[in-house]
Amino acid sequence: MKFDPPTTRELIRTIAATVIDSADELTELDRAIGDADHGANLERGFKAVLAKIDGISAQPIDAALREVGKTLILSVGGASGPLYGKLFATIGQHLTEPEDLTKAHVVRACEQAIGVIKTLGRSDVGHKTMLDVHVPALDQLRAANGAGSLRQVRERANEAAVETIPMIAQRGRASFLCERSQGHMDPGARSSQLIVSAICDFLETRL
Amino acid sequence: MSKNVGIVIVSHSPDVAKGAADMVRQMVGMNVPLAWCGGNPGGGLGTSVEAIVRSLDLAWSDAGVVIMVDMGGAETNSEMAIEMVPEKRRPKIVVCNGPIVEGAVMAATESSSGATLDRVRRAAEELYAR
Repeated sequence: MKFDPPTTRELIRTIAATVIDSADELTELDRAIGDADHGANLERGFKAVLAKIDGISAQPIDAALREVGKTLILSVGGASGPLYGKLFATIGQHLTEPEDLTKAHVVRACEQAIGVIKTLGRSDVGHKTMLDVHVPALDQLRAANGAGSLRQVRERANEAAVETIPMIAQRGRASFLCERSQGHMDPGARSSQLIVSAICDFLETRL
Repeated sequence: MSKNVGIVIVSHSPDVAKGAADMVRQMVGMNVPLAWCGGNPGGGLGTSVEAIVRSLDLAWSDAGVVIMVDMGGAETNSEMAIEMVPEKRRPKIVVCNGPIVEGAVMAATESSSGATLDRVRRAAEELYAR
């Protein structure tokens, strides 16, 4: 798939709009098991991205994603800034053939990015974090074939976010609650699911 | 420039960060490079990578700098800030796993006696080991 500036712009705009529209819900999820700022923090970050979307999307997709990442790191203000910032930036860094992306390129870049997030967050699958959505979604993408692939990835991400509800948090503020973190969806898992879904929706209209 | 290890205090709350810095100044004095920051880029509770980078510059010492953090995002954002300072400074900056107020005072006390970066860090971290 080729990303010309209008396509890049629309992808980034779609992701940002999805997160901003869900900011209140994300903050409410974070109020239950965190410090009630996840939605507000990501909203500030993605508004900063939108404020310079013309400059960002004029670049090739790899450089554009690095710039999105850097903007999030500098503007979010919570742990989600570096985590999402590094996610986008690392994917950008590892898109080796940005002029014509294939599924294999994207899978490889996402694998690298997930590794960076695990190190930075000192976390892994099962800790009730964003990784509990990104890892299964990527596994699904790797396994999926042909028509319906994107729908399968979106559905897997949705299930994976729900699967964080009974988990006991091991990282972040929610880990202070121990068993009391059970019964709530992880806000980082929810924001990740929203972003994965938005990307799948967008790609379905283009591929 | 001071030969003593610098201290940077990073809290979600600018009031907490400034209060801890006030305690260091009163209890330890002026011969330790010290800077603080708190609050997210929008002015609410949280931390800002750019503000941490500025604080690292203000409190810079060739002996190194320890960063005292309160929780979660303060630590992650401090690690991001370290990646953004000039490369040759990075190995001399450590994020300290100790209580932010007592840790800052203990680290500064140790630093004011001319201790190494590692000893300053341990002085703050021992408070959690007790």
